[in-house]
Amino acid sequence: MSAPLLTSRFGIDEGWKLAIAERAGAYEVARQALTGRQPAELREEVKKANIRGRGGAGFPAGVKWGFLNPQDGEQIYLVINADESEPGTFKDRSIMDLDPHRLIEGAIISCFAIDAHVAYIYVRGELAFSVSRLEEAIAEARQAGYLGERPFGVDHAIDVHVHSGAGAYICGEETALLNSLEGRRGEPRLKPPFPAVKGAFGMPTIVNNVETIAAVPNIIEMGGEAWSALGRLPGDGGLRIYGVSGHVKNPGLFEAPVGITMRELIDDYAGGMLGGRPLKAVIPGGSSTPVLDPRRKVDAPNEDHPLHKWHGRSEIDVPMGVDTYRALGTMLGTCCAIVMDDTVNMVEACRNLMRFYKHESCGQCTPCREGTGWLVDVLDNLCNGRGKPEDVDLLVNISNNMMGNTICAFADGTAMPMLGMVQKFREEFMDAAAHGLPDGVRHDDSVRGSVEGGA
Amino acid sequence: MAFALTPEREQQVDEILTRYPERRAALLPVLWLCQRQNGWISPDVAEYVSKRLELSTAIIQGVVTFYTMFFDEPVGENVVWVCRTLSCDLRGGKAIQDHLERKLDCTVGHTSSDGKFTLLKAECLAACGQAPMVQINDYYYENLNVKQLDRILDAHATKGGEAAAAEFSTFASFGTPCGSNGGAVTSAPPPPSKEAVRVASQPPPAASDPPPAALDPPPPGTTGDES
Repeated sequence: MSAPLLTSRFGIDEGWKLAIAERAGAYEVARQALTGRQPAELREEVKKANIRGRGGAGFPAGVKWGFLNPQDGEQIYLVINADESEPGTFKDRSIMDLDPHRLIEGAIISCFAIDAHVAYIYVRGELAFSVSRLEEAIAEARQAGYLGERPFGVDHAIDVHVHSGAGAYICGEETALLNSLEGRRGEPRLKPPFPAVKGAFGMPTIVNNVETIAAVPNIIEMGGEAWSALGRLPGDGGLRIYGVSGHVKNPGLFEAPVGITMRELIDDYAGGMLGGRPLKAVIPGGSSTPVLDPRRKVDAPNEDHPLHKWHGRSEIDVPMGVDTYRALGTMLGTCCAIVMDDTVNMVEACRNLMRFYKHESCGQCTPCREGTGWLVDVLDNLCNGRGKPEDVDLLVNISNNMMGNTICAFADGTAMPMLGMVQKFREEFMDAAAHGLPDGVRHDDSVRGSVEGGA
Repeated sequence: MAFALTPEREQQVDEILTRYPERRAALLPVLWLCQRQNGWISPDVAEYVSKRLELSTAIIQGVVTFYTMFFDEPVGENVVWVCRTLSCDLRGGKAIQDHLERKLDCTVGHTSSDGKFTLLKAECLAACGQAPMVQINDYYYENLNVKQLDRILDAHATKGGEAAAAEFSTFASFGTPCGSNGGAVTSAPPPPSKEAVRVASQPPPAASDPPPAALDPPPPGTTGDES
């Protein structure tokens, strides 16, 4: 197992305080970067690091930075997406709560590298505690002269502000986030123009996830190539923070190289299945990523297929990477898995998630606003014994008509997991259409005793 | 009576305005300040914000109604958000909601008759590894079972929200890999100070195991003001 990098200070008592974080190396890389290196060099290191965006889409961060091309008089902004809301995902909160100075150090280096003077950290409104941690840390960094007019004595003013959201999943979509930052309803913008051209306040803007920015000090310290080599897959570098929730013995966060398998994550990191029950399904990287079924085998007989090496093996034995998971028909997403044992009814689990999307659709585009509600209506009918076999195909039909027909990717993020569920667990949907759900079905039978009878 | 922020919060508004190149961008932070003072965004709060930020009240209403955390009607002294998205539901979210409804004698979306608690259903609160959980006011309470929840609610009712948070609330924790050779879990040493971080995740209660009595250490201080 690799030595932890992103989480190396998580275990330090009061590691969120500047003096303590500094004793463990905080701000040393930022000092060296600002005083001794050129912005272009720093950008090059991030590019060589092959760090795929940690917010879910997996776009290479260094390439994104390369899209900046400011015109005369334009100011560049860095916006850090801490609107962590994708169901199943809880990694960014740990960085903000336990090592906020790593994020601020990453923001300082990144601002210097992309020629920004202001960074906004957009934190979801529910995380009031994380906001207070960040604000205290920013005040300390400002006091120490690491933020402000001349950080580390260098003539490149940098300031970081925290902006609190107020409860809206869609604000994790980068253009909705920008609208929310500007004091508007969090409705996504039509693209192009992309944020790198016209983002916050109409200016060129880079929007990166918390974990991506928090990795920048490590990347600069060890060099982009070395960081990239930490990952086990080509073009997908580094370590990342994996999360596991649901029916495992030891749910939580684990730092590991890119490219471990889902089986390793569940068995070796998360301690295996709760109560030794069989694994039924796992949603790999947040609720928008199509479900994996351990019974299914990779079908890649052709040698040119990117997954040929894993032909005939279970889906959960494919290394977790942005490209490998795309080839598998799912997405790596936020790398936070939701694990379900054999007590879970997949139609009911699916209804739970579709209710989430219905609640969170911003309502701007008709296919999404109406489609999410319609999916829930059909699933309600199936669950309540009022369904028909045709309803299962109706779920597919609605999903197909949502995909690609909206301003942002929310509708796709609803339709893809819906389609995955029907594709992989069709027999359960057909059962529900015939009989409704079995009596008294719920998701938490494995743990109810301890929740209801606990001390 | 017309709404006005306290002089201290007025100063905060002035500082907030310096963070952004446009006045309007201060809208969410200023609404937060107002809601912390007033409990909800009443029509006279909207009127005040409209004058302070030079925005029409229609714009303010549009924003307030978009975000679930801004209340456009009065709420109880404490607001309890119970997470019912999948990760929590797999670990007992429904049992937690059922218990809350019985204990507070009100259903989701309503306020207890003594006005102490408003119960609301939340969508994923980014605490999936510590499920089931609730948010009460500004704080998270994780790895819950019903008895622990009772203690937390009682502390809110008798000692107030900040005291309850200092005693019971939780912040992010981090798991230690169990290793591939047997799956032993390192459990957390006793916290060296009241503000200590849990360095290793405690194994969650398996159906047959007794659940851990002590949860995460409390966070220090307060994040904001009591409304």
